[in-house]
Amino acid sequence: MMPLVAILALAAGTFAFRVAGPVARHRVELPQRVEQLLSDAAVVLLVALAVTSALMAGQHFAGPARPAGVLVAGVLAVRRAPFPVIVIAAAATTAGLRLLGVA
Amino acid sequence: MRSTWRTLVSGLDRGTARDIALVCVADVLVGASFGAISVSGGLPWWVPVVLSVVVFAGGAQFAAVGVVLGGGSAAAGVVAGLVLNARLLPFGFAVADVLGTRWRTRLLGAHLTTDESVAFALRHDDPARRRSAFWVCAVALFGCWNLAVVAGAFAGRLVADTDAFGLDAAFPAVLVALVVPSLTSSRTRLAAAVGAVLAVAATPYLPPGLPVLVALLGLAVAVRRPGSRPPERSSEPAPEPMSVEECR
Repeated sequence: MMPLVAILALAAGTFAFRVAGPVARHRVELPQRVEQLLSDAAVVLLVALAVTSALMAGQHFAGPARPAGVLVAGVLAVRRAPFPVIVIAAAATTAGLRLLGVA
Repeated sequence: MRSTWRTLVSGLDRGTARDIALVCVADVLVGASFGAISVSGGLPWWVPVVLSVVVFAGGAQFAAVGVVLGGGSAAAGVVAGLVLNARLLPFGFAVADVLGTRWRTRLLGAHLTTDESVAFALRHDDPARRRSAFWVCAVALFGCWNLAVVAGAFAGRLVADTDAFGLDAAFPAVLVALVVPSLTSSRTRLAAAVGAVLAVAATPYLPPGLPVLVALLGLAVAVRRPGSRPPERSSEPAPEPMSVEECR
């Protein structure tokens, strides 16, 4: 469950990140290494979230159908397929495998 | 207000206007998936809707909801979302000039700062064009995104057996589609790979929500190889230097 107070905390923190630049612009400049580290952190987190939610259900392996669908998404994304194609192909692969009896 | 908006729109060239429209279409699909996945995963309809209005950052919204739907605590979800949104900090510095000096527009513009609106602003050097590209993209996206999330949230209630439709694969697939274009440098790819392996390995042993944060240890790899920069950085117009007192 996601209580309202958690949503507001995320909103407040996010707004602080967004507004710091416009407010402090004339006093500080962010070192490029910090900038790079922040954008790397975002990518690392997104990839980890994608991989864990593809492979795991709770604390156990999710079964082959879901990762197979996400793998199809990965191949299509590398080939620069349009966004809806990527997502629909992933869901269709997983649903198709389940229809065939693969969990 | 309306005339300001008209000035901004008329400041756009055709190509930029078309690209903004395309980005809006793509984000409508992402937003609708976000609403549908959140609700079909068991969250009440207002959670994705309120998140979208007050947080307005797709990746962080997906991260927070993903952690919570995976069994993690709301606090772990918030931390994951905040780590993702830390990248907005340099964005704010990059577009500070287009937000103007009035407090009202500065605060509003800050809230509407996204990957997309920053990217459009950075494509132009002329200040008026930068302003047009940023504001038109930002306002259009805010409208499209939130309407799409509402629509998705209600569509998600109609789907009874989400696993039969493979919707559990849609969430990681959305993340993959979002992140693959950013995997430009070998350094970032290595850090992401190490992080993902650590996260999966930790999943059976840690409470839900934490393994994803463990992945950040993968950043140590990136820090230790500071020499290689992603190639797209150098081609991007750097935010123009203002009269800045360097902070150390």
